[in-house]
Amino acid sequence: MYDFTTLVQSIGNFLHGQFSPGVATALEWTLVILVYLALYAILGLVLVYVERRVCAFFQLRLGPNRVGWAGTAQTVADALKLLLKEPVTVNKADKLLYNLAPFIITLAALTVISLVPFAKGLQAFDINIGLLFIVAVSSLGVVGILLAGWSSNNKYALIGAMRSGAQIVSYELSVGLSLLTMVLLTGTLQLSTIIETQANGWWIFKGHVPAIIAFFLYLTASIAEINRGPFDLPEAESELTAGFHTEYSGLKFAFFFLAEFVNMFTVAAIATTVFLGGWMPFHLGDWAGFNAVMDFVPPILWFFLKVSAVIFLMMWFKWTFPRLRIDQLLKLEWKYLMPLNLMNLVFTAILVYLGWHG
Amino acid sequence: MGIIEEQGPAFQQHELGTVVSAGNGGNILVTSLDRVVNWGRANSLWPLVFGTSCCAIEMMSTGAARHDWSRFGTEVARATPRQADLIVIAGTIVNKMGPVLKRLYDQMADPKYVIAMGACAISGGPFYYNSYSVIKGADHVIPVDVYVPGCPPRPEALLYGLMKLQEKIKSESMLTRKSPAEGFEEGF
Repeated sequence: MYDFTTLVQSIGNFLHGQFSPGVATALEWTLVILVYLALYAILGLVLVYVERRVCAFFQLRLGPNRVGWAGTAQTVADALKLLLKEPVTVNKADKLLYNLAPFIITLAALTVISLVPFAKGLQAFDINIGLLFIVAVSSLGVVGILLAGWSSNNKYALIGAMRSGAQIVSYELSVGLSLLTMVLLTGTLQLSTIIETQANGWWIFKGHVPAIIAFFLYLTASIAEINRGPFDLPEAESELTAGFHTEYSGLKFAFFFLAEFVNMFTVAAIATTVFLGGWMPFHLGDWAGFNAVMDFVPPILWFFLKVSAVIFLMMWFKWTFPRLRIDQLLKLEWKYLMPLNLMNLVFTAILVYLGWHG
Repeated sequence: MGIIEEQGPAFQQHELGTVVSAGNGGNILVTSLDRVVNWGRANSLWPLVFGTSCCAIEMMSTGAARHDWSRFGTEVARATPRQADLIVIAGTIVNKMGPVLKRLYDQMADPKYVIAMGACAISGGPFYYNSYSVIKGADHVIPVDVYVPGCPPRPEALLYGLMKLQEKIKSESMLTRKSPAEGFEEGF
């Protein structure tokens, strides 16, 4: 199995050998920040392109195909244009909060991906309360959304932000509870350990029915939490123009756009880590030959393959289902998802108490 | 003729189908930076969700599966003018709509482009003679970059107009570029 621990440690040892401990630590942090910023930008560019092509194929269209090979440079053109577009600042807006909001959202999105384990040893922070931290920090994004809506001094933005707040507060419960169900099974909150518990089978296979229910509950609730279709009420164009980012143009809008897509990646990455075995290869019982072939694929590739599959599933949702109304949305959470989640939690607790889990 | 020339380059007489280069009519000094920037702008024209009459149906058809304008990166229709680059005036602009159109145009962030689609948006079209309510051409309200004739124009015509606009954007120069709204006199 490919192990990045030695590589990471050798970089650390090199830095610590060359510089004093303080400088070396600062350099390590700088490297980590640079890598994650690059990842953030690349994820944004790739995911926007993929989204547009996937959407086009679902609607029997072609999608962007004029710039670059099969339109791959489309998002580069978009980024260039957004970068050089006039940054409009509204006259009556609360300037400080208005300019701060995109950064809060970006910060929340970036902090969450720093916890995701991409492969063995390839993880910026491996803290023992990983899942709790992710649930806590990912809901910080709502502060940015509310600030954006409030400071824009625009009624559409305010309504969009309030809807988004109500939605995130509601669906946060389901996300937390479905992850809690999995914590009962894994017995740990640390992401690297969660993956190690899946060496003999992914949780979605060996977690019986509760894990499958939890997977779909998590997926539904977290899609709602990151304001993606069919739950993209805060941005309902027909009623609210563009929701909380109505008054943002150019680069500041690009930050919101980017954060939305990176959040999608984060949700897929957590689903992969907790349910689909993270970077663990796919194994089938005692088929030694098959398993050896699967082991040959690098874990980082496994991780990105699984994440892509989940992201595709989310795009499939978005372009298939019509948007929900606000009352339907809240009804779905409080009347169906929440009780189902609680029952699932109790069921899993009994299962774990009896020792029937894998 | 003298009055027409005073009103700026948009009103000069040109052969049909030619591209009037932007930025004070000069495209001599196109630097490589300009080329990169213009490439980005030309290939990422996000239209405003704006349609006032039957031309809008043809515009939607241009966005739909058969004539798919997303091939040019134009399918990201933004409902808010702050994020839009292009406004396709698809339909009749009546006197009451004039100030609204002007406000929407002013709310858009630079650089912004306008396509006047159909006879009504170009000259008032069928309402040119006996109408008390229709503005005789959207260019009385906001400066127009590309005129697409037809009543309504077929989607192919709008796509051709879009490509002409891309050509025009690619001929821009950052040094000489000025906002098209500058020096534009409100005509209504």
